[in-house]
Amino acid sequence: MTDVARGRTLVPKLSSLSRFTFVDVVLWALRIGVVMVVVGGSVGTLIRGRYGAVQWFEFLVFGVTMGSVYALVALGYTMVYGVLRLINFAHGDIMMTGAFSGYFVAAAFAGSGFLDRERVLAMLAIMAVAVATSTTIALLTERLAYRPFRHVRGLAPLICAIGVSFFLEQTFRGAFGAGVRAYPDPKWQSGTLSVLGFGVPILQIMVVAAALVSMAVLYVIVQRTKMGTAMRAVSEDAEAAALMGIDVDKVVVFTFALGGAMAGVAGVCYAFIFKQVYFYMGFTPGIKAFGAAVLGGIGSVPGAMLGGLFLGIVESVGPALFLDGIGIPAPYQLRDLIAFTLLIMVLIFRPYGILGERMAKKRA
Amino acid sequence: MAPAPETILATEGLTMRFGGLFAVNELDLNVRQGAIHSIIGPNGAGKTTVFNCITQNLQISGGKIWFRGERVDGLPPDRIAAAGVSRTYQNIRLFRNVTAMENLLVGMHLHLRSHWWGALINSPGTRRSEREAHDEALRLLRFVGLRGRGDVLARNLPYGEQRRLEMGRALATRPKLLLLDEPTAGMNPRETSEMMAFIRQAREAFDVTILLIEHQMRVVMGMSDVVTVLDHGAKIAEGPPADIQSDSRVIEAYLGSPNAARAARRRAIAGSSQSPAPPNPSG
Amino acid sequence: MSAATVDLADRACHRERSPFRRALGVGLVLGVVAVYGATVGILPLMDARWVIVDVVSLGDAALIAIGLSAGAAVAARTTSSEFWRLAPPSLLAGGVAGALVALLTLAMQVLPLRRIFIALSPDLLKALNFGLGAPLGGAVLIVSGALLAVLGAALTRAPEGLRKPVIVGLAFVVIFGVFQELIQIMMPSGGAIDALRQSVYTWEGLTLGGALTIFLLASFGAFVWTEWLRGRARERVRRLSPAQRRRAKAARVFLFVLLLVLLPIVAGSYIGQVMMLVGLYILMGMGLNLEVGLAGLLDLGFVAFFAVGAYATAILTADSSHALASYTAIPSLSYWAAMPIAVLASVVVGVLFGIPVLGVRGDYLAVATMGLGEIVRVVVQSDMAAPLLGGAQGILQIPKPRIGGHELADPVQLFYLTLAASAVAAYFAWRLENSRLGRAWMAVRDDEDVAQALGINLVKVKLLAHGLGAAFAGLAGSIFAVMLTSVYPSSFQLLVSINVLALIIVGGMGSLPGVMVGATALVGLPELLREFGEFRFLFYGVALIVMMRVRPEGLWPSATRRRELRDEAGESALGEPEEAAALAMRRVSDLQD
Repeated sequence: MTDVARGRTLVPKLSSLSRFTFVDVVLWALRIGVVMVVVGGSVGTLIRGRYGAVQWFEFLVFGVTMGSVYALVALGYTMVYGVLRLINFAHGDIMMTGAFSGYFVAAAFAGSGFLDRERVLAMLAIMAVAVATSTTIALLTERLAYRPFRHVRGLAPLICAIGVSFFLEQTFRGAFGAGVRAYPDPKWQSGTLSVLGFGVPILQIMVVAAALVSMAVLYVIVQRTKMGTAMRAVSEDAEAAALMGIDVDKVVVFTFALGGAMAGVAGVCYAFIFKQVYFYMGFTPGIKAFGAAVLGGIGSVPGAMLGGLFLGIVESVGPALFLDGIGIPAPYQLRDLIAFTLLIMVLIFRPYGILGERMAKKRA
Repeated sequence: MAPAPETILATEGLTMRFGGLFAVNELDLNVRQGAIHSIIGPNGAGKTTVFNCITQNLQISGGKIWFRGERVDGLPPDRIAAAGVSRTYQNIRLFRNVTAMENLLVGMHLHLRSHWWGALINSPGTRRSEREAHDEALRLLRFVGLRGRGDVLARNLPYGEQRRLEMGRALATRPKLLLLDEPTAGMNPRETSEMMAFIRQAREAFDVTILLIEHQMRVVMGMSDVVTVLDHGAKIAEGPPADIQSDSRVIEAYLGSPNAARAARRRAIAGSSQSPAPPNPSG
Repeated sequence: MSAATVDLADRACHRERSPFRRALGVGLVLGVVAVYGATVGILPLMDARWVIVDVVSLGDAALIAIGLSAGAAVAARTTSSEFWRLAPPSLLAGGVAGALVALLTLAMQVLPLRRIFIALSPDLLKALNFGLGAPLGGAVLIVSGALLAVLGAALTRAPEGLRKPVIVGLAFVVIFGVFQELIQIMMPSGGAIDALRQSVYTWEGLTLGGALTIFLLASFGAFVWTEWLRGRARERVRRLSPAQRRRAKAARVFLFVLLLVLLPIVAGSYIGQVMMLVGLYILMGMGLNLEVGLAGLLDLGFVAFFAVGAYATAILTADSSHALASYTAIPSLSYWAAMPIAVLASVVVGVLFGIPVLGVRGDYLAVATMGLGEIVRVVVQSDMAAPLLGGAQGILQIPKPRIGGHELADPVQLFYLTLAASAVAAYFAWRLENSRLGRAWMAVRDDEDVAQALGINLVKVKLLAHGLGAAFAGLAGSIFAVMLTSVYPSSFQLLVSINVLALIIVGGMGSLPGVMVGATALVGLPELLREFGEFRFLFYGVALIVMMRVRPEGLWPSATRRRELRDEAGESALGEPEEAAALAMRRVSDLQD
């Protein structure tokens, strides 16, 4: 083209760097900082050799166990976000309701010895009660608290979700007390099974098995049934789905039910692992699971599973691997920090997650 | 300095790709200072995308953009605005829940000299600046024909007045180049004539160059100094209105002959080294 | 398409439903509420408080209120004006509610529910049953529920001259009964006032005679107001000129400030303490209001800035091994020197936290900032940071500020400090809102892309919001540290952030009076009703949900915010009558064109 000015740039000296503001500098510093901690810490730990192979294996297995639990909870978040574009803050508390209701059954069984006599049956019964409770409560919250906000944009649904979270926590506190209830600890659960030459607690195997079964069932439902397809359709484009004759209300109810059920299973697993329930127990695992859902790609079911697993393993192996290596005392205290850092890094740098789709790059 | 000082905006090889689709394909544009330059083309030709590229709302995939002799592609949108480019939107994007005056005052952000710390202590400089701002906003209000209606909420204004207010807000940034995206959309003939007169007035009063996207032919032919015709992201004709009206390629693009359409589509999707993909009408 | 039309059809159907079905629904809902209150432990807690000593406990009052509202709800939804048509459905509603409670008592007697639901104690059973045992008590519940409902319906349909005084009278009795401790403290002792007090109160609460007296006085006052004075007052107000109105407003503000200053002295140091806590939350609320209400940045990590302010003050002034003075060359500072540094530290942290999340939007921003806040909490509590920050033990022995030689030891004096700080902060917040920056914030909140296209530098504007908001929180934290003379990590939970967010939402986002109303409602009230303090979060939860549904703009919102929220909810622009009139006039003049 003729007569076009090939002159100097509007901001002298900084033409291509003009996009590179100090914001980018800070973000790069953040990335580098995290990488340094991870790499440096790992190197440090491995050099010091404080942990043996047995311990690493234990960390790993525990990570897989916790990861399955996180995955179950993350599934609830991701499915609800997919159909409603709402972060259900109260989802962690729904997990708590499952765990709590399971407690009463478990305590009764333990007291009567049923838990030791009929192991599988007892566990299934506990699960059933927990799942029933959590699903019911999930459905109730959808009907009473979330449905009126279905078409409201802005902050209101999020605030409402926070309100529901408080409500659930306080209801359970008031009804059942603020104390910590101890889950039964039957001896047969602490026995170990030999895997790859290492001993793995039976409880953890059970948890992983339960999670896998639940996820498999979920996968089949989402991929193969009509309702599952409807769910996926609504996740993509709710309006188009409605125009195709899909009853969006029913789909939402179904989604909440599924998510609630998963949370119920997760609750019982979590309670048996940590051997306790209390009214506030759902909060932190809930946030972490949300992070896992975002990590995997919010709205993606396989993403939530992957994200949860990843989070569990990193959280379990992390304190020993990274933090101890850079000389932090009592690194297990900072285990939550690992999860939160992961959450924040994902939200800043890759909000669409591992399996999510990359949206067009918008100028910041 | 630039060899062509009367060119206020120039693009060279401007290209915008979305995945495999070329929304804008190697566009060379030259806008003369003080002109009213129109961009027309069938729907999906990429006109609004060109605007978005110029205002840096999109990161362009290729090409260069000069504004007043200096390279501006790669700058953030607020720097472009500071350099003197301002725009209105196809589907009016006013700040709906505040008054007309407040919309205009936001537009004046760039040129007010008060700082936040001055505001905290209500310094004399801040007070003076705010007074001047109000006066100028009132003048703008009068200019856009909303005298006395400064306290009406933007969303309560009738459609025509909203359009004019949005232009007023754009003019408040004291631009050198004003991009107007379908300013007469949805207007009847009388309103359209009023808008045309208003645009001419704005050019005179504010000494701006106008780059215009339009669908109504009488606006384009009646007002423009230069017309650029786009189809599927590429320029197919350019020149004074009279020439464009009789250009066969333009007629084909609007009325559609199969060959022309196919060729244009192939150009858009294939680009330089991509394999052809099914046509995507959105742009 | 779907939702709007389905909703309308739904609503039309509602009106067709028979009044009995509706009454049944009302009764069931209220019955569930009553059962819920009992099971969760609110009712037992309320039962422990007297309204009228030995006669009516707060729990009884709650049940009575439920009965009355059953009838009121039925009456409010029926359009027919004949009272006799209302009676049967009201009876049904009240009876059903009573029946549900009766069922609960039956269950309590028959099943060992106490093992699971700890609140269902024998005492509660006695209270619900009126000590009468299952069948009789249940029947009494049902009958009394039905009668109360009819009464409630009657009250709703009664002429205003009757209804208002009765309700006002009852409200006054409840207030005087529940807050009897505070009111008694406030009444100065000696002479005539003492005699007055003793005629009305005993140690524990209102006497029956006292209650009657208050009821009569209050209802009489309301009657006089409604029937005679209100009309006259309205006339006077309408006839005021604008100048007079401005003066009246200024007088109101002055009186309010006077009240704030004098109340702690009059009402005692406990009230002073409560007001101080409310004041701190107001400070924080104003800060978060900048971020959320003005700039639209949902920051749930707010407590981190509060913590920074508190800890900075601690390490600069404390008389302990954790203070900077004990292991560096920096001397121990006075509070007045440490406070600005603490505020500055908060600003720095605010900006630092804001930078990484500049590109994150909406819900994700909320969660990201929440994560940041939690990271701060974990770090502050950890052993890793213990040498510097005291770990789980915190930092103790922070000296109170001194002016001249005088130490601000009393909570009341610290309250004045808080008041002064809040006033300054409020002034700054108000100035900012109406400035170039405030408008830029509004633009960014409304439409970020357009704001940028108008030349607004998003980075600068957002970071200013984070930083200035953090400054307010840092100031509050600094005062908090000297109020408690110590800082513990447990004071800086996420709950604080959510508290502050809740109070600006319930009070009204984007407005300073709203922040004050919200803080009083969500912080002050629970503090005053100390034994309900545990249920404060239940109250929050329900308040948040109800507020968002019924009045999403809050109790005292800024005008802009109210419009925005109604806009979001899809309601018409004609929410304000003046606008509707103006629009109508314009339409008329358009037609005449």
